[in-house]
Amino acid sequence: MNDWPLLSLTTFLPLVGALFILAIRGDDAKVVARNARNVALLTSLATFAVSLLILAQFDPNSAEFQLRETAPWLPGTTVNYAMGVDGISVWFVLLSTFLTPLCILSSFGAVQVRVKEYMVAFLVLETMMVGMFCALDLVLFYIFFEGVLIPMFIIIGVWGGARRVYAAFKFFLYTLAGSVLMLVAMLAMYFEAHTTDIHALMAHSFPQAMQLWLWLAFFASFAVKVPMWPVHTWLPDAHVEAPTAGSVILAGVLLKMGAYGFLRFSMPMLPLASEYFTPLIYTLSAVAVIYTSLVALVQEDMKKLIAYSSIAHMGYVTAGIFSVTTQGVEGALFQMLSHGVVSGALFLCVGVVYDRMHTREIARYGGLASRMPKYATVFMLFMLASVGLPGTSGFVGEFLVLLGLFQVNTWISLFAATGLILGAAYMLYLYRRVVFGKLTRPDLMAIFDMDLREVAVFAPLIVVVLWMGVYPATFLDPMHASVAKLINNFQLAQAAQSAVPLAAR
Amino acid sequence: MILDLVPLMPELLVAAAALALLMLGVFRKADTSREATVLAGLAMGGALAVLVGVEGARQTAFGGMFILDGFAGFSKALILVASAMTVSMSLDYLKRENIARFEYPVLVLFATLGMMMMVSANDFLSLYLGLEMQSLSLYVLAAYHRDSARATEAGLKYFVLGALASGMLLYGASLIYGFAGTTSFDSLAKVLGGSGHPNLGVVAGLVFVMAGLAFKVSAVPFHMWTPDVYEGAPTPVTAFFAVAPKIAALSLLTRVLIGPFGELAHQWQQVVVFISLASMAVGSFAAIGQTNIKRLMAYSSIGHVGFALVGLAAGSDLGVQGVLIYVAIYLFMNVGAFGVILAMRQKGRAVEGIADLAGLAKTNPSMAFVMAVLMFSMAGIPPLAGFWGKFYVFMAAVKADLWTLAIVGMLTSVVSAFYYLRIVKVMYFDDAVEALDHPTNPPIRLVMAVSALVVLLFTFLPGPLLIGAKAAAQSLFAAG
Repeated sequence: MNDWPLLSLTTFLPLVGALFILAIRGDDAKVVARNARNVALLTSLATFAVSLLILAQFDPNSAEFQLRETAPWLPGTTVNYAMGVDGISVWFVLLSTFLTPLCILSSFGAVQVRVKEYMVAFLVLETMMVGMFCALDLVLFYIFFEGVLIPMFIIIGVWGGARRVYAAFKFFLYTLAGSVLMLVAMLAMYFEAHTTDIHALMAHSFPQAMQLWLWLAFFASFAVKVPMWPVHTWLPDAHVEAPTAGSVILAGVLLKMGAYGFLRFSMPMLPLASEYFTPLIYTLSAVAVIYTSLVALVQEDMKKLIAYSSIAHMGYVTAGIFSVTTQGVEGALFQMLSHGVVSGALFLCVGVVYDRMHTREIARYGGLASRMPKYATVFMLFMLASVGLPGTSGFVGEFLVLLGLFQVNTWISLFAATGLILGAAYMLYLYRRVVFGKLTRPDLMAIFDMDLREVAVFAPLIVVVLWMGVYPATFLDPMHASVAKLINNFQLAQAAQSAVPLAAR
Repeated sequence: MILDLVPLMPELLVAAAALALLMLGVFRKADTSREATVLAGLAMGGALAVLVGVEGARQTAFGGMFILDGFAGFSKALILVASAMTVSMSLDYLKRENIARFEYPVLVLFATLGMMMMVSANDFLSLYLGLEMQSLSLYVLAAYHRDSARATEAGLKYFVLGALASGMLLYGASLIYGFAGTTSFDSLAKVLGGSGHPNLGVVAGLVFVMAGLAFKVSAVPFHMWTPDVYEGAPTPVTAFFAVAPKIAALSLLTRVLIGPFGELAHQWQQVVVFISLASMAVGSFAAIGQTNIKRLMAYSSIGHVGFALVGLAAGSDLGVQGVLIYVAIYLFMNVGAFGVILAMRQKGRAVEGIADLAGLAKTNPSMAFVMAVLMFSMAGIPPLAGFWGKFYVFMAAVKADLWTLAIVGMLTSVVSAFYYLRIVKVMYFDDAVEALDHPTNPPIRLVMAVSALVVLLFTFLPGPLLIGAKAAAQSLFAAG
């Protein structure tokens, strides 16, 4: 089945499932909800299965975009419907399709109202995420990048916590404000290079002065999405108020969109500006790592703590990307995948106790180990993976990033390493307060351990985290060629730039 | 001289239908509002079919005063679709409010005829005739609910300010005639094209003409009437006001600026940039505090006009294409949104507060879905159609190096997203205080469904509209 449009299939299969769910009618709300849940789960599992075929067809030795599909779209412009994946994007497609069924499964118990709409929103969200990572056209990318906002706004706003309206608006408007500037930059690139094809744009060299402006416009969008300090403030709100599965997708995939944007646009298309602004990125990343780690230490709310830890972890990612070393970039990619799985799992861990106690306040818990041994074990594993314990996925990413950073700038690697220590501090502190200690609260005496459905949600995550930690080559090998090409082109552009003054003399 | 009436066939059909319906209404004793509405809709559909038949190469009539080119054809098609959709939604509402009379569809037909003449005007005299024909019908329509103090106030306000604007336009046209020696657009293009330095009198006249037309499209700073008239007029009239006359006046403004004054682009561009920026800003910020949905739609339409003018400011064929795409998508978004507003009833009583939509997603999921789709689209969020309107006008602005306009315009669209989101929030996040009735009127439900589908599916099939708009835009430049 070589000629199947696998990427389009993966992208639009969830949308088909969403249409199916919309068509479900019935008088009995319970039956409708059950059908909606089942259709959503089956669709997302089928999507995951199709996305595995992408991986099977993917040639890890090629740095080119693969499985390309092109179709004319907007007449009169160069804008086409173009899809394709390379070693950088293919894993994110899988990350999205991997997390979505788990999210849907985890919401079976947590979401009891308006189940149909919830499932539709999630499947639409999956279409947007997968499409964004596959898009090989600026405009197509932008459509998917922005389209994510609509289902996420609804998910936070309808099924969120007490301050959900505030959080949903903040999330939407922050992201939109950054993105519209990116759209202007994209249009400017179109008129400069006369193409919107991402592959062709990577080969185009923009004038240096223009690169700086374009880079800043893209930065406005991606920095909000990552999020980088100081435009990170939407994230704790959105995470805390979103329903558990919404937080998982936010942390697991949506945050990666910004970093992916840096790798797909800023670095290859605007290499001179990227070089010029590297100190800025380093500074903001260092602030993010240290400041948000310190903020995480004093949080009273479990979700908020993990949200701040996400910002810190994404600080590694941005620093690693802009180190432009093989280890740094691959480490950043690996860290993104690892963080996608681990932080998603941590939010699910919070969800487990939240479903039982309906509070996320750390002080309300304590001593869960005695009543919930399975839960304590799972939580410990992901907590240690977040800290970066060797043998878990977190270690590989952080280690590679530090290795890459150390080659170019020892100060930034020093600051980043400080974050590691702080990370261990806040995560262990969280774990101690929630799981260890004496079980004193009367309402916790009757708490149940994880049931079969919850175990089924966590099992794949545990396997992946350990796999990534023990044998990271599975995940790193397909990246090598694409990352090498990215770095090579980046250095060629710098060399060409420094050669210009010599030639001018 | 032979009067070649072929290009005029659609107009003739609409005029004949309007007169016939007037006769029918006068001579039949019984209430004929229902028949008149249906027939008016059919007449517009027929005119559309005739239009498709006669459209083609550039044709003129009345000694060059009337022109039918691709641009006029495209705008007329939009106007006819908009008028037919809004008139079909009106009947049920007017009946329920006990103001259904046969004059309503007749007035809409006359207004439509005026608009069709406007977009086909190729001379300041035919422009003025078309514009006044439209305006006079609209003044009456605004005050159509004659026992309502608010409606009559709206009509009077609209009339006084509209007459002032018409006067300015006429004064500008007379200045242009005085200094350029002609009122014909073709001759003006020739006269102004040759001179390196435009005559100051012509420029002054152009500014007056633009002021008059800016009033008709409700662009800032001539927008003051819009919220009051939108709020005061009966809702079907507001729905009509919000779409067809806007399209007609925007097309007219485009034709006047690109056609006869194309060579003076340097003179009028800064004016258009200013009114565009001001409209986007006022439309975005002033809408935030509104509690009445019709007032909100008024500010929203001011903002949309600002966005459409971004394309005109670029002054290129890409920009005109952007304007046409923008108004085409605007048509469906607005007609659909007004369909929802017309369907807003609590226990049979029409309501128009934003808060009345609370919890609609629970009480009436499909209506809430339509409204949410339209609101996201108006905010310009992809993949919905509204995004493409903004995409094309800003594309033209970037190509013309209008950076301030592009960046500030984009940022105001973020501000406007706030109030569109607020409506989604009210419908989806809030709990219902009192449920709205389910809309039972088939035309309204059909209009809602059609507009939601157009907005949702446009991204998948953008080709026909884009190609049509491009051809229409190029016909304007080929002629000038």
